Amino acid sequence: MTEIARFSHGSRVPGWDEPVDLELDPAEVPDPATTDVPDDLREEIEGYMARYPDRHSAALPALTAAQHRHGWCSPEALEQVACVMRVTPGYLAAVATFYDMLRVEPAPPGTHAIYVCTNISCSLNGADALYDAMREAAGDDETFDVRAFECLGACDIAPMASVDGTYVGPLAPADCVRIVGQCRAGEEVLPERQVARRKAADTLAREAGLK
Amino acid sequence: MSSDLLFEGIDEPGLATLDGYRRRGGYETLPKALRMSRDEVLNELIESELRGRGGAGFSMGKKASFLPKGDMDKYLVCNADESEPGAFKDRELMQKNPHQLIEGLIIAAYAAAATRAFIFVRGEYAEVADILERAVEEAKEAGYLGERVLNSDHNLILWVHRGAGAYICGEETALLDALEGKRGNPRLKPPFPANQGLYQGPTLINNVETLSNVPHIIAMGAADYVKLGVPNSTGTKVVSVSGNVQRPGNYEVELGISSRELICGLAGGPPAGREIKFWFPGGSSSPVLTADDLDLPYDFDSMAKAGSMLGSGSIIIVDDSNDVLDVALKVAKFYRHESCGKCTPCREGTNWTVKMLERIQRGEATPMDLDIMASVQERIIGHCLCVLGDSMAMPIGSMIAKFREEFEAHMESARDAADRAAIEAAA
Repeated sequence: MTEIARFSHGSRVPGWDEPVDLELDPAEVPDPATTDVPDDLREEIEGYMARYPDRHSAALPALTAAQHRHGWCSPEALEQVACVMRVTPGYLAAVATFYDMLRVEPAPPGTHAIYVCTNISCSLNGADALYDAMREAAGDDETFDVRAFECLGACDIAPMASVDGTYVGPLAPADCVRIVGQCRAGEEVLPERQVARRKAADTLAREAGLK
Repeated sequence: MSSDLLFEGIDEPGLATLDGYRRRGGYETLPKALRMSRDEVLNELIESELRGRGGAGFSMGKKASFLPKGDMDKYLVCNADESEPGAFKDRELMQKNPHQLIEGLIIAAYAAAATRAFIFVRGEYAEVADILERAVEEAKEAGYLGERVLNSDHNLILWVHRGAGAYICGEETALLDALEGKRGNPRLKPPFPANQGLYQGPTLINNVETLSNVPHIIAMGAADYVKLGVPNSTGTKVVSVSGNVQRPGNYEVELGISSRELICGLAGGPPAGREIKFWFPGGSSSPVLTADDLDLPYDFDSMAKAGSMLGSGSIIIVDDSNDVLDVALKVAKFYRHESCGKCTPCREGTNWTVKMLERIQRGEATPMDLDIMASVQERIIGHCLCVLGDSMAMPIGSMIAKFREEFEAHMESARDAADRAAIEAAA
């Protein structure tokens, strides 16, 4: 029989080891007088808020901007965004935990986001081995956030990865060491294999006389 | 059939810039549309019979006509949250020809009398969002956006809004919640977004490819547009073909082309020595078809008649070197991860489907489990606020129905292997 995995608190479902402190006051909208927000971050968030009829709409771009500075949506980052947006940190925590690209686990600023697509079309073309190779190439370097990601919308270059937002593919496991090296050196990643520089399949079919 | 509309000159250098787009006759349709009345533009769109290219295939013109008339804040949202596994057409359309989308969006906003518009682009498409933002900036400077567009009575403010990674935000009401700065949970319908959408105002939501069709419809006229494609599936379609094919990529074809010509002719078919085992005709959420269905015309009605759907027009080919169980598990795990958790049938159904498929893989399942799994799929369909759960239930249900013997054989062999391992461990 299979061993049933249990969490440290004895249950089969995740939860908390400590009960919540019901005596604690809920976090309020941070006080601008005591919350230190970097000027450029404040300016950027206020710019986003001005775009929408409702300031709450700025939540995603604001959290993305804060994550860019802090590396992740840390309590401090949430506090700063909440202060500018005039919402509670709890509101933003609820938003941040919903979206895959917002990090809710600690990561240093400048962390490289490497998403290896492991969905159907990529996995039919060897994405699982690619993901393993990418993890191995990044090793235990905490400035690399290597993740198996859901379909990134580039099945034409399967198997592929998004490296700090740049789409590259088709990739072989052997390419991973080079990708990690280029990230560390601050170089452009595999320029010859970026999706942006690729001709449409439709164009190639036309050139080949298939259309 | 090789009529290019949206992909015409797609790889021409500089097409993504305003000058490049204008060189190809871009933004020449906009003044024409603005000289027409709003209702005339709307009528053209209805008469073109253009069906939404995002997945549901609803008439674009009719959807726009559902917006109430009158003086109020109305919104247009372009759904550029392309996340359906197998779909990558909007990415190429936006990356290489962003102004085509913007021109279509301005015309559609005029028809619907919307004054504020947003392009909701998935956060992963960072490169595309940069290109869009540059294009919007260019269009603003050229007077195509802002107050009194080209001296008409049409005002339009357009912003590019980046998501942050959630498949569910492609669902229109979840997208609206995300755009309002909340968790992307779908809303109860009705009220439909046409009546109560973004910020509770009337909202028209259209896919990237749908809006990119709009300038062409107005330029050539609905009467000519309906000549493209087949009845009830008019126009061209950019089809993403991927998986086990030799030439994966986006192909623009007239709707109604034979599926075989598209898959084996243009995309080159499966690798040498391999056969097509099954294929998804409309992304991973469409029920699978087999090699027997390859001669069907690729259009909305033919796919529906075959028990599947055209969806977003994303074909994934799976060849005979793959195990149906592995593909089913990939599909189920994806939807489990992406379920927002709001509705029980979807949240629990996707989770249990993954667990049962893993039981089969470990050799702990019995043939009865297949019936239980099939019944779980039936109980998801139609019982949630949105179709995310259905999107897993339909392909998994079709795989069980069409490849039941393979599932059973897998069950059998995995159980034997597990038994042998247990005996060896005991000995």
